[in-house]
Amino acid sequence: MAGEGEKKPVLEMVQADGADEGCVTFVLHDEDHTLGNSLRYMIMKTVDVDFCGYTITHPSESKINFRIQTRGGVPATEPLRRGLKDLTEVSQHVLNTFQARVNEFKKRQEDPME
Amino acid sequence: MAATMSNVEEIRTRAVLGEFGVKNVHSSDFPGNYPGYDDAWNMQKFLKNFRIDIVNLDENTMEFDMVGIDASIANAFRRILLAEVPTMAIEKVFIYNNTSIVQDEVLAHRLGLVPIKADPRLFEYRNAGEESAEEEGSEIDTIQLQLKIKCSRNPRATKDSSDPRELYLNHMVYSSDITWVPIGNQADVFADFVIRPVHDDILIAKLRPGQELDIIMHCVKGIGKDHAKFSPVATASYRLLPEITLLETVEGEKAERLKRCFSRGVIDIEDVNGTNVAKVVNSRLDTCSREVIRHDDLKNLVKLARLRDHFIFTVESTGILPPDVLVTEAIKVLMTKCQRFLSELDSPSME
Repeated sequence: MAGEGEKKPVLEMVQADGADEGCVTFVLHDEDHTLGNSLRYMIMKTVDVDFCGYTITHPSESKINFRIQTRGGVPATEPLRRGLKDLTEVSQHVLNTFQARVNEFKKRQEDPME
Repeated sequence: MAATMSNVEEIRTRAVLGEFGVKNVHSSDFPGNYPGYDDAWNMQKFLKNFRIDIVNLDENTMEFDMVGIDASIANAFRRILLAEVPTMAIEKVFIYNNTSIVQDEVLAHRLGLVPIKADPRLFEYRNAGEESAEEEGSEIDTIQLQLKIKCSRNPRATKDSSDPRELYLNHMVYSSDITWVPIGNQADVFADFVIRPVHDDILIAKLRPGQELDIIMHCVKGIGKDHAKFSPVATASYRLLPEITLLETVEGEKAERLKRCFSRGVIDIEDVNGTNVAKVVNSRLDTCSREVIRHDDLKNLVKLARLRDHFIFTVESTGILPPDVLVTEAIKVLMTKCQRFLSELDSPSME
């Protein structure tokens, strides 16, 4: 699947044999608490997620094991995809708000000087 | 005087600083935890409650408030500011002549830590695989700098002076002596902007007559995760907004002592019907030293807490990029990380 020739894996899925699609452990490479914790928070806010957690298997290796267990037969990639999308939307909104406020602040600083 | 919050609200929104520990530290507002509360992720609710207030912003520091976001995302921004926003820094040091007293490797280490004022967004990362093949590097990913300085005796010094500033010329090597050598089309691209170290007065080495340094340096783009010299911030930190509630009226001499337990400007004494009464004026200034808990008669009159979703960020830049640009870049890095996994999920190799 992943890792043909020299390509390094970015995301792998590990699933127990016989388990349904709702319980999957994703291995995210080159990631740490920065994405792990924020993604965990966004996915925990989803209603049909039974369990969501991440672990850093060893501090010398930069990869995280991210486990999602869902309820009601939802495949685990669904909450993962939604969590990533929601996190992107949140960041976009934070970016827009921040830039608007900075421009406002800078303009307010220039005006009293005139 | 103090409106008591219902217990549930307090657990959901505040971290309480008790006498022996801090309670309710973790966010618990996940769906199913509290009956009667709908805690599922709601973008509209987030858009309504989220706000940013800039407190001050100058060319090197910035203080701003981020309200209505969870600690995990605020922490992600802080971690990215420290370790994943790229900058340019000296990486390869070619020492042609070093007769100073500073060892080669120590000198190279010191040079790497000098912040270089070059916008990292205009450069690319150097390809890791071609290290042995091309040691030159191209104009799109490398900045070449030179340090060539020789110390000599000052012929015009007076006979019996002992001040090295008078006796020797060029005996202190400062970062202002580092000059830029444009390669390729860099001279045109950076026509109106000279690439140089951010600060001119960083002392790199000390020389005596006869000693010289002849060094060529290559700067590359990197991130703080790789080496701390690439970190664009002197520091980036946040704290939660403190909240001080007086549970009873405090007057007279106790009010004076209460005022001294907190940082200056937090508690004010005002005159109510002839008695001095303590009032909380600005709890933001408090450093939460919890001094009040050390006094047995005062500790039960006050409740110390922190708002769990109100972050007071302080970003101090090293001068390479202004702090508001740094925060913008950090948010973009987080979005890039999410995009990377989204595209990996959608790619055909995942079934």
